[in-house]
Amino acid sequence: MTFEDYVDTMYKLLGGLPLTMTLVIYVVVIGAVLGAFLAYVRIVQVPVLQQFASAYVFAIRGTPLLVQLFFLSYGISQFEGVRNGFLWPVLVNPFWCGVLALSLNTAAYVSEIVRGGYQAIPKGMIEAAQATGMSSLQVLRTTIAPLAIKHGLPAYGNEVILMVKATSLVSTITLLEVTGIARSVVANTYRVFEVLGMAGLIYLIINSMIAYAIFAIERRI
Amino acid sequence: MSLTFLAFGDAGWGDEILFGAAITFILAICGFLLGLVLATVFALFKLSHWRVLRVLGNAYTTVVRGVPELLVIYLFLFGSSSLIMAIASGAFGYEGYIELNRFTIATLAIMTISAAYSTEVIRGAFQSIPAGQFEAARALGLKPWPMFLKVVLPQAFRFALPGLGNVWQITLKETALVSVVGLAELMRMASVASGVTKEPFLFYGVAAVLYLVMTTFSSIVFGKAEKHFQKTMAR
Repeated sequence: MTFEDYVDTMYKLLGGLPLTMTLVIYVVVIGAVLGAFLAYVRIVQVPVLQQFASAYVFAIRGTPLLVQLFFLSYGISQFEGVRNGFLWPVLVNPFWCGVLALSLNTAAYVSEIVRGGYQAIPKGMIEAAQATGMSSLQVLRTTIAPLAIKHGLPAYGNEVILMVKATSLVSTITLLEVTGIARSVVANTYRVFEVLGMAGLIYLIINSMIAYAIFAIERRI
Repeated sequence: MSLTFLAFGDAGWGDEILFGAAITFILAICGFLLGLVLATVFALFKLSHWRVLRVLGNAYTTVVRGVPELLVIYLFLFGSSSLIMAIASGAFGYEGYIELNRFTIATLAIMTISAAYSTEVIRGAFQSIPAGQFEAARALGLKPWPMFLKVVLPQAFRFALPGLGNVWQITLKETALVSVVGLAELMRMASVASGVTKEPFLFYGVAAVLYLVMTTFSSIVFGKAEKHFQKTMAR
C-alpha cells in the first residue's frame, strides 16, 4: 500500500465519521433524558411505573444490543398495525431505528448509574438540606444533583464510550458509518490490517477525547 | 404469528434455536476461560518491573476496549487466515491455503475482547492482596512460582470474582456479534429462521428471552459463588 492509498482509505473512512458522531450525539442526549426519568421513577417509587422501570432495566441489561436492534427494526415492523401507526416513520428509517435502539439501551444503563449516584449520598446530607427550609427542587439542585453527578461521572464516561463503540452495530442494518465503510473497503481491497487499523484509530481518538473530557470535568468539580 | 414455528424436528425451528443457544453458551465459556488465561498474563505484564511489558499490557487493554467489538471480529474473520498462512510459509515453508473454521475464529475474537476486560479485573485483584501476604510468603521461603500458585492466585481469585461475573455477562452478550461471521449461534439461527418464516418478531423475541435466561441464570450462579468464597476470605 502506497502513501496515497493510506490517505485515500483514511479519506473514505472519515466519510463515515459525521454519521457516527450524529448517532452518538442523539443517543447520548436521548439516553440521558430517558435514563434520568427511569432513575427518578425508581427513586421516588412511583407505583406501577417503578415496577415497569425495573423490569425494563432488567430486560435491556440481560440481552445483547444486537438482538434489541433487530427486534426493533425487523420484529416490530412485521405487524400491519405498526405499519399504519405513528411510529412507522421512525421504524422504516434505519437511522432513526438505530438511534431508538441505542437510546433505549443506554437509558437502562444510565438509569443504574444515576440511581447508584443517588444512593451513594448519605441520607443525613439530604435531611440537613431539607432542614434549612429549601424547596425540594432547591435540594435537588444544590445537594443531590452535584453529589450524584460527582459519584456517577466516571461510570457515565464509560457508558458514553461504550455507546461510541455501539454505533458500529448500525452497520448491520445497512447504515454506512465508520465500521460499515471499513468492512466494505476490506471486502474490495483485501487490505485487512491496514484498513481495520485505521478505522480502529479513528475510534481510539474519539474515545480518548471523551475520556479526557470526562477526566477534566471530574477534576473541576 | 404462530407458535408452531417453534416446533422441534423438521416442522419448526425449536431445535435449531436451542442448538444455537447451546453454541452461544459453549462459545462464551471457551472465549471467557481462554480470555482469563490471556488476561492473567497481561495483568502480570501491567504490574511488571519492565517498562516494555507495562507498555504492551496497557496498549492491549486500551486498544481492545477502545475500538468497536465488530472491528476486532472482522480482524479475525478476514485477517486470521492470511496471518496464519504467512507464519506457515515463513516458518515451515508451507505454501498451501489454510482457513480456520468459524468456531475457532469466533472463539479467538471473543477471547481477545473478553481478556481485555478481565485484565483490568485481575490486575485490580492482584493489587488488592495485602503486602503482608507477600512478605509472609517470602519469610516462609516460598519460591516465586509456588508463591504465585499457593498465595497470590487463590486470594486474587476471591477479589476478582465479582468483577469477573460482570465480564462473563459482557462476554455472553458479545457472542451475539459473531453472528456476522456466520457461525450458527443463537443470534444467527434467529436471523435465519426470521428470514425463512417471515416471523422476525417471534424469533428475535425468543432469542432475547433465551439470552435473558442465560444471563439471569449466570448471575445467580456468580452470586452463590461469591457468597461461598466470602466465607473463606481472610479478614
